[in-house]
Amino acid sequence: MSDDHVYLTLAEGHEDDTRWAYGTGFEDPLHGVDTTVPDGLDAAELAASCVALADDALVSAQRLAEWTTRAPELEEEVALANIGLDLLGQARLLYARAGQVDGTGRDEDAYAYFRDADDFRNVRLAELPNGDFAFSVVRLLALSSWRLAHFERLAAHPDPVLSAIAAKGVKELTYHRQYAAEWAVRLGDGTAESHRRMRTALERVAPYLGELFTAYDVRDEVVAVLRQVTEAGGLPMPVYRPLPGCGRAGEHTEHLTPLLAELQSVARAHPEATW
Amino acid sequence: MPGRTKVLPVRKKPVTLEPNEWSVGKLVSMTTTHSAATGADGVGPAAEERLQEQFDATVARDQRVEPRDWMPDGYRKTLIRQIAQHAHSEIIGMQPEGEWITRAPSLRRKAILFAKVQDEAGHGLYLYSAAETLGADRADLTERLIEGRQKYSSIFNYPTLSFADVGVIGWFVDGAAICNQVPLCRSSYGPYARAMVRVCKEESFHQRQGYELLLTMMRGTDAQRAMVQDAVDRWWWPSLMMFGPPDDNSPNSAQSMAWKIKRHSNDELRRRFVDMTVPQAEKLGVVLPDPELRWNEERGHHDFGTPDWDELMRVIKGDGPCNAERISRRRTAHEEGAWVREAATAHAAKQSERARKETAA
Repeated sequence: MSDDHVYLTLAEGHEDDTRWAYGTGFEDPLHGVDTTVPDGLDAAELAASCVALADDALVSAQRLAEWTTRAPELEEEVALANIGLDLLGQARLLYARAGQVDGTGRDEDAYAYFRDADDFRNVRLAELPNGDFAFSVVRLLALSSWRLAHFERLAAHPDPVLSAIAAKGVKELTYHRQYAAEWAVRLGDGTAESHRRMRTALERVAPYLGELFTAYDVRDEVVAVLRQVTEAGGLPMPVYRPLPGCGRAGEHTEHLTPLLAELQSVARAHPEATW
Repeated sequence: MPGRTKVLPVRKKPVTLEPNEWSVGKLVSMTTTHSAATGADGVGPAAEERLQEQFDATVARDQRVEPRDWMPDGYRKTLIRQIAQHAHSEIIGMQPEGEWITRAPSLRRKAILFAKVQDEAGHGLYLYSAAETLGADRADLTERLIEGRQKYSSIFNYPTLSFADVGVIGWFVDGAAICNQVPLCRSSYGPYARAMVRVCKEESFHQRQGYELLLTMMRGTDAQRAMVQDAVDRWWWPSLMMFGPPDDNSPNSAQSMAWKIKRHSNDELRRRFVDMTVPQAEKLGVVLPDPELRWNEERGHHDFGTPDWDELMRVIKGDGPCNAERISRRRTAHEEGAWVREAATAHAAKQSERARKETAA
């Protein structure tokens, strides 16, 4: 047999770990980046922004991961995982930045695995259970439209690290929004059943839209996107009313605690372990 | 579902080719493909014999058979079966590890596992496409899977009980898959062989990630080391069974070898896997659960125990620990996604109707 070389390298000794895919022991994901906080920036405020954006991304990625092996088609398996992976990547960089800025020196896993629900600052829309594909599509449309608009502004943020993270994220979020918008139109226009499900999904998402607009002023832009997409899909524009409570203040639905219990279960069962 | 009554292999469309584009010999084989495969018209026994000779010569010269070439019915059927089973294995294989994406204990491991399971979906898609080049249909193959009429690898009917299983699956299962699939990069059927090149590269990546997770865990706490050894104990024998029944009880192997769809026997590949894995286990510091496992200086290979073939037969026949669960998950996803697929089809039809009206107006 002539394929031997393929099998033989796995256990070979090397001085360093660079041969491993993704490397190993990368303690600092922002290695090599100038991490000084520019003068005049409020460090606590910057850290809080990073954590909130990271929490949105992590919680969304967790919900997207739940679609794995349950998507309506294999192409959707690949696409939803892609979006989840992008958001997970954004969360990791944002947590890393938060840990440098807030003075605690915490790493990404400290934020993800060792905080409780009332420490999370994600919007509540992100934590709601997946529901059917229509609900996941409408939620993704709302969240990605908001996040894209917000990241486009953050790309000009005075903190160079946050600005770079946002600029990278813009490309990813443009695809997320495109993907969600295409499905929203397809499902709105498709069959009576898919149209009905989309209307229900829009009604269920509507109460949580207001929360997206509290801290950052990108409301008009997001509303314009939603209007364009719903029109193209022959769907009514969701009417949002204020809902008591605010995820950004740590006030969550009953769905976040079980989501985190699952996410954190192994890490918390083995707090001394290295992975 | 019309697919259920379809007799495979039937080409979906007759192949038409411009003359002069191909050598004469090639052209003959191409233009007669459809009628020869279906026996519908025009090709006498003499012509059929010539096509068979050309096919045999292509395989003998280690050249690739391509979708539009004439091929014997049995070759086509065998390939569809094998590629479909392989595709099903990728898709069902997402489940045991996919269970751990939401629970991965670090964000780095979460990203690695999420990406790996996504790769498997990609492999499945790629392989279903390869099967479609033979006239099969993805929706029909999916029906066959969820109705239990087509198989997938027996290994995915075992449960994943701890996060160490993610590492051991990468090391053993992806390792065994590599042993099986690297020779398939030289398979006689072009689209399958080319799919295997890409799949093997990614599997190799997955195996490294799995092994690296285990190395890290073995450097961790006692509880982590125990988890790794436990996972090794549970996955070793099922992994050896991945190569299929022993050669003296493998009914389809000889013909597949002759067609060069398959390049090495089950036992040969199994032996290769053991030889490759033993030094890796030593380096890792785990014990492979086989008291008969030892180096045989004379043969230049390891001696090892006999897997429980009755267990393999039970799992293949549907009585493994997770068979029902795996199929049920796949069926549920398929059924619950039906309205989405229908909506997409309806939207596409409406769109083209609107476009047609616009053009007409």
